[in-house]
Amino acid sequence: MDRSAVIASIKKKFGGKIKRFQEKSSKRVYIDLDRKDIVEFASYVFKDLEARFNTATAVDHPENIEIMYHFNVDRLGLIITLRIYAPKDDCAVESLVPVANAVGWIEREMHELFGVEFKGHPDMKPLLLPDDWPKDKYPMRKEFSLNSQKESSR
Amino acid sequence: MSHKVTIPIGPYHPLQEEPEFYKLVVDGERVVDIDVRIGWNHRGIEKLSESKSFDQSAYLVERICGICSTSHPIAFVNAVEDIDEMEVPERALYIRTITGELERLHSHMLWLGLAGHFLGYNTVFMWAWRYREPILDVLEAISGNRNNYAMMKPGGVRRDIDNSEIPYYKKVINDELLPAVEMFKGAVLDDPVLAARLKGVGVLKHEDAVDYSVLGPTARASGYDIDVRRDEPYAAYDRVDWKVILQYEGDVFAKAVIRILEMFESIKILNQCFDKLPAGPIDCKPKHISPGDGIGHHEAPRGEVIHIVRSDGTNRPVRHKVRAPTFMNFPSFKKTVVGETISDATIILAAIDPCYCCTERLTAIDHKKNNIVCGAERLIHLSQHKTWDLGKSMGFSDSELTKKMGRKIE
Repeated sequence: MDRSAVIASIKKKFGGKIKRFQEKSSKRVYIDLDRKDIVEFASYVFKDLEARFNTATAVDHPENIEIMYHFNVDRLGLIITLRIYAPKDDCAVESLVPVANAVGWIEREMHELFGVEFKGHPDMKPLLLPDDWPKDKYPMRKEFSLNSQKESSR
Repeated sequence: MSHKVTIPIGPYHPLQEEPEFYKLVVDGERVVDIDVRIGWNHRGIEKLSESKSFDQSAYLVERICGICSTSHPIAFVNAVEDIDEMEVPERALYIRTITGELERLHSHMLWLGLAGHFLGYNTVFMWAWRYREPILDVLEAISGNRNNYAMMKPGGVRRDIDNSEIPYYKKVINDELLPAVEMFKGAVLDDPVLAARLKGVGVLKHEDAVDYSVLGPTARASGYDIDVRRDEPYAAYDRVDWKVILQYEGDVFAKAVIRILEMFESIKILNQCFDKLPAGPIDCKPKHISPGDGIGHHEAPRGEVIHIVRSDGTNRPVRHKVRAPTFMNFPSFKKTVVGETISDATIILAAIDPCYCCTERLTAIDHKKNNIVCGAERLIHLSQHKTWDLGKSMGFSDSELTKKMGRKIE
């Protein structure tokens, strides 16, 4: 499948479920979706289109956490980014670990740094932060200030 | 009756290069489970980057890791340039390729030495690190530094290569390095003891490589044909002739083969770049970064490094995500180590060439009392104290030292 066929197949399969489709350049495609559709989309992109899971980026907004899952279609030099939003008062998304084990660590990272719940993650325990890190402090959210960490003289 | 024992390795040990913590569960000699815990080496780079301008961030990401200290900047500038699809001058692209490949050479040499060391084959360690030196000399001649080259900036490179020095670079690479790589190829690949020790050990199957989306030599040793230098060319990789090295066995030996053969490809790329280096400017001097998302990557020695940058039109990134290759390669240990013996565990763990400082760069160092235990001030104090003590041992008096250092160090 060439690049246009890959894009056409995504559009054909999911049609109405795509909220916004953006071809930023010949190598970057961004697809906005509803968060309930993410497993279905990711599994199609990873398994049927044989894309490689690259990583996921979370971005903190005032009301929402935006999550972008980046998939590389290496034979075409294309990066497909699936974008979802999770409102902070109900910050939960289905885990993608059943689709690919590669997602395991980055979900753990987003869980502790942004406070996103991943439903169905088989091994959700601290990865980067200490075990006794306070539960409601998320270091990568904008309200967490680096200056609040006092440096002691000793 | 089974006796499961947990063996902790790390997180801190005088013999470990970097803080790392493996929990090996063994039954007799066999490893039955492994858990890896990272997070002992955090510096909060992603968070810090949000408070730096785009030009400053290039310096910041350079300090993520000393070994891949040009991989992160290349990926970062690619990401920033991807926002506006900037046209970077040809000469700058070639210089980026040269720096990137020299780094791959010294990093693969470093790995080869360490791998020999972990196997108790210290001759390889000594020789590999001895031949890493000329590569660092070339890097120093080009950039002024053995590590942290400070070459990359959004829009181009910061330092030009002096054309009259190119014969020296080529001489070092072709006359000194190439014979050494040939020697290692013979010494490692044809050695029956190494073959017996490494073949069939720590096999990562192709389907697991895909499932864990592993990268770089770890992936290519399992027949997973990925290399962003070829798949999505950046810098000057599409202007030179080279090939991606593939192996299919997935064991530690295959990973060693990949790294050694890749050194030949790097030398090939370097020679072509030096020959073809076009004249012209080295920087397109961007004045403004538009709002938007950018994704940039670079095939670092250990696999693809990816940087994702979002700009809101100001001079700082709103979000800057860094993903180092070891972050993806690490979890595959569950497939490679389990079922092997403890004695093989170290070399399997080392075979992905793990880099902790790359993998961990996310939070501020914190302590139970919410304090940064050892901060910059403390480090400066320690360093001044050491200088003071050295001065004393060299026979300087207190007043002389106070004069030299500007104040009395208690």
